Amino acid sequence: MNASSDVGYHAQRQSRWHYGEVAFWLIVLACGFAFPTRYLIMTDILRLALFAMSLDLILGYAGIVSLGHAAFFGVGAYAAGLLALHGIINEPVLALVVAGLAAMVLGFATSFLVIRGVDLTRLMVTLGIALLLEALAERFSNITGGTDGLQGIEMQPIFGQIPFDMFGKAGFFYSLAVLFLLFLLARRVVHSPFGLSLRAIKNNPLRAAAIGIPVNRRLIAIYTLAAFYAGIAGALFTQTTAIASLDVFAFERSADLMLVLVIGGTGYLYGGLIGAVIFRMLQELFSTITPQYWQFWIGLVLVVIVLVGRQRLHRWVLYVPNLVIKQVAGRRAIVAVPESDA
Amino acid sequence: MTIALETQNLEKTFGGLRVTRDLSLKIEQGARHALIGPNGAGKTTVINQLTGVLKPNSGRILLEGQDITDLPVHKRVLRGLSRTFQINQLYPDLTPLETIGLAVSERLGHGGDWWRRMGTRNDVNDEIADLLNRFHLLDVMNEQTVTLPYGKQRLLEIAVAIAGKPRVLLLDEPAAGVPESERHDILAVVGALPREVTVLLIEHDMDLVFSFADRISVLVSGALLTEGPPGQVARDPQVKAVYLGEEAVNV
Repeated sequence: MNASSDVGYHAQRQSRWHYGEVAFWLIVLACGFAFPTRYLIMTDILRLALFAMSLDLILGYAGIVSLGHAAFFGVGAYAAGLLALHGIINEPVLALVVAGLAAMVLGFATSFLVIRGVDLTRLMVTLGIALLLEALAERFSNITGGTDGLQGIEMQPIFGQIPFDMFGKAGFFYSLAVLFLLFLLARRVVHSPFGLSLRAIKNNPLRAAAIGIPVNRRLIAIYTLAAFYAGIAGALFTQTTAIASLDVFAFERSADLMLVLVIGGTGYLYGGLIGAVIFRMLQELFSTITPQYWQFWIGLVLVVIVLVGRQRLHRWVLYVPNLVIKQVAGRRAIVAVPESDA
Repeated sequence: MTIALETQNLEKTFGGLRVTRDLSLKIEQGARHALIGPNGAGKTTVINQLTGVLKPNSGRILLEGQDITDLPVHKRVLRGLSRTFQINQLYPDLTPLETIGLAVSERLGHGGDWWRRMGTRNDVNDEIADLLNRFHLLDVMNEQTVTLPYGKQRLLEIAVAIAGKPRVLLLDEPAAGVPESERHDILAVVGALPREVTVLLIEHDMDLVFSFADRISVLVSGALLTEGPPGQVARDPQVKAVYLGEEAVNV
């Protein structure tokens, strides 16, 4: 093998599918058949996973922190709700895309405010935008339904064929399909030269500009794309629960998302997915044990994660799976090896 | 003779401090030009203005006759002006393969490509392989940059600038901080730069300056003290007084 094809081979190392990844998605799919009574919580996890993946795109790859990602989630949620409620677009998939685009427009418009400045300004600006939207939604209650939210949304069948059932089965597989498609797109994007340039910007913006990367334009592009993803997550929320209320913009929603990524790790796309599963399961577990104080335990877990270090935790958790895969496939497990901090 | 890079009456102040004073430099095409001066003479400030990191208060900067004074950093790079940094400015998490691959992709205009995966373009791969080979980085191409020894990082720093195929290259103390055992590699690489690349070298190391440069400008307190071929500069009593005072230079 000559040096050039060797380079090509290694350059594609990360973008090749690994056994661990295939296994991950097969397990997710299998869950849809294994737990037919748990569709609602599982759909909830898928939505959260998509939402977290959206934040990972800007935080894990481009290094943009945000405390107001719920702004895009909320716009997507209300857009999908209004489209269905007023019968503007009845077909859910088309409405989903339109709702995503609405969030995307907002993302593009606000990206110019966000990309300037340092982390602290970004936190404040993103937080401010989300609060602003929440207040607007409350003020224009004739459109949004105010504190009652949008009520009486009736979803039409997907592609006019598959109706949403009361057990949430259709909603689950619909959400899973959307998540998987958007994951494939994100995976493609982060392994492209564009995606690599984002990581370069996160690592060293000064040098990134010094090799000819138009830093601001790249940041605007990824922020806009992430807004689209978050909007889709919000629209899925409305479509699968048939409600949209003011709490789609809530600060807790943005803050939870940070926690999900702290748990799952950033910069390898699976962080949001794994983090969403663990976060919701912890939430379920703790609220069963101590309904009143579950937040205390979540907080404790987070402190432990930060103190022990996620890399070490991952090594412990993945010790057995890695061993098995090593035995079976003769190579290192790729289930989760984050490369950078949150 | 063609002028590759030129400054006209460049002025830069930080508050009340004039760090660049009426500086007019002409660097000929293909030259090996050195900019020297004692600590605090404002050499790096000049580089930062040339590359667009800092904006001069007044004066103009011309690259191959075209005014680039108001261009942002990345546009100057695409016009053929690259630099290395005095203190390594690399991507700690990325590998040398990714770092150079990105620089090559950006130059060829593939940097905004969000669909095609890295490593699937043969022209890019060829160039990466060639650069990694020339800069002795093939064996560490998959290591994270932060884990590389300093000498290798220094080589990568220069390789990244070269990957932009600059017509004018600004080298800001290329050998700074490199241990003696690894200096040879750096000097060899710098010496082997193709002749059509114009090089402006900023350096403290007088051995390197006098062995490399065919023209030297001396900067003192932000202003040009003198300029000429190495022999003339070394004999200049003014230069000896303000800059080389304490050490004798043999050319």
